[in-house]
Amino acid sequence: MATETTAAAGSSLVFHPMDQFIVKPLFGDGAVGMFTVTNVTLWLFFAILAVVALLVLPTSKRAIVPTRMQSVAELTYGFVYKMLEDICGKEGVKFFPYVMTLFMFIVCANFLGLIPTSFTTTSHFAVTIPLALAVFLTVTILGFVKNGAAFLGLFWVSSAPLALRPILAIIELISYFVRPVSHSIRLAGNVMAGHAVIKVFAGFAAVAVISPVSVLAITAMYGLEVLVAFIQAYVFTILTCVYLKDALHPSH
Amino acid sequence: MATEPITKEVAGSCVDSYGSAIGMPQLCFDWFPNQIFWLVITLVVIFLVLSRVALPRIAAILAERQGTITNDLAAAEDLKAKAVEAEEAYNKALADARSEAQRIAAEARAEIQAGLDDAIAKADAEIAAKAAESEKAIAEIRAGALESIQVVAKDTAAELVTALGGEADADAIAGAVDAQTKG
Repeated sequence: MATETTAAAGSSLVFHPMDQFIVKPLFGDGAVGMFTVTNVTLWLFFAILAVVALLVLPTSKRAIVPTRMQSVAELTYGFVYKMLEDICGKEGVKFFPYVMTLFMFIVCANFLGLIPTSFTTTSHFAVTIPLALAVFLTVTILGFVKNGAAFLGLFWVSSAPLALRPILAIIELISYFVRPVSHSIRLAGNVMAGHAVIKVFAGFAAVAVISPVSVLAITAMYGLEVLVAFIQAYVFTILTCVYLKDALHPSH
Repeated sequence: MATEPITKEVAGSCVDSYGSAIGMPQLCFDWFPNQIFWLVITLVVIFLVLSRVALPRIAAILAERQGTITNDLAAAEDLKAKAVEAEEAYNKALADARSEAQRIAAEARAEIQAGLDDAIAKADAEIAAKAAESEKAIAEIRAGALESIQVVAKDTAAELVTALGGEADADAIAGAVDAQTKG
């Protein structure tokens, strides 16, 4: 990170805050095809390693009295499990591996993205849109399979006055289809914005007078980004749970 | 990244000739297939790792721990009941021992008291006997002494009378001495 500013010929203050999001082939130059091994591949692979390192390796001893890392794994498990169970009830528990996959992937990818010079996979719509679409499709298909036409009751607010119901139905329908959009843009937007802002502050560090302020600002932003990295994963997961609940119990 | 100063006519329309991004790289649709392809593989791998290995294992660990805790709690409950029982037995034994000790002490006290009373009575009797004996002896001595005084007095009186040239009338002298020593 933080070297593009010097690359510019003229003025010392040139920002390329978005360059950190460029997808590049890992080996050699060339076009990025579908199967090219790119920096995306590398950091997604690191996300897998992180998941394994967090949940698989520390639990290999199956200790009754857990070690520190095993405790972390168990607490993570309990955290997501309880979230799912609280929102969806016992019925939702069978989606636990799915929800846990989403949570672990986003959390690991977000935190890996905080490593300087890393590539943040979750800052890309190409990553978050499939995630959100998968949730949307799961919920919609599951809703119709489990409830049949009764799933449409989600849009027909039976507790509202009859005259208002058609209007509410339209609003509900729109909000239902906006879900995957907001779901994906929220995650990518938050992560991308934070990283870009850090990059902009880093660009200001090229001016000697401002650089102390710039360093302070980067530190503060980094702290905020650590928070955001976790909170966005949490939000994505909890919204997934809420949507799943709609599919399982469509009545309002 | 992107320190390479120039050129690199690369990945389509999203990067300029300096290797910098044009607009938002997030909206470069040339890269979407690549990202989605690798994302799907990643998610499938994570899903398999979690659902086949990690989650069942952690669930087993938690269940086992829950079982152990339940067992241990039951055992603790058991031991606690036993401890209460033992304490009761101990208290009972203590109370028994205490009353036994009291009984023995009272018995011993009574025995000692009886012995003591006996001894005191015996001693009293002995003392009384000794006192009576002594009194008798004293009376005897006293009587003996009186008698010897009278004999001495009579003899002396008779001598005195004789020395004064009188006729010692034994009866008169004895009467006079008796009369004098009576008082």
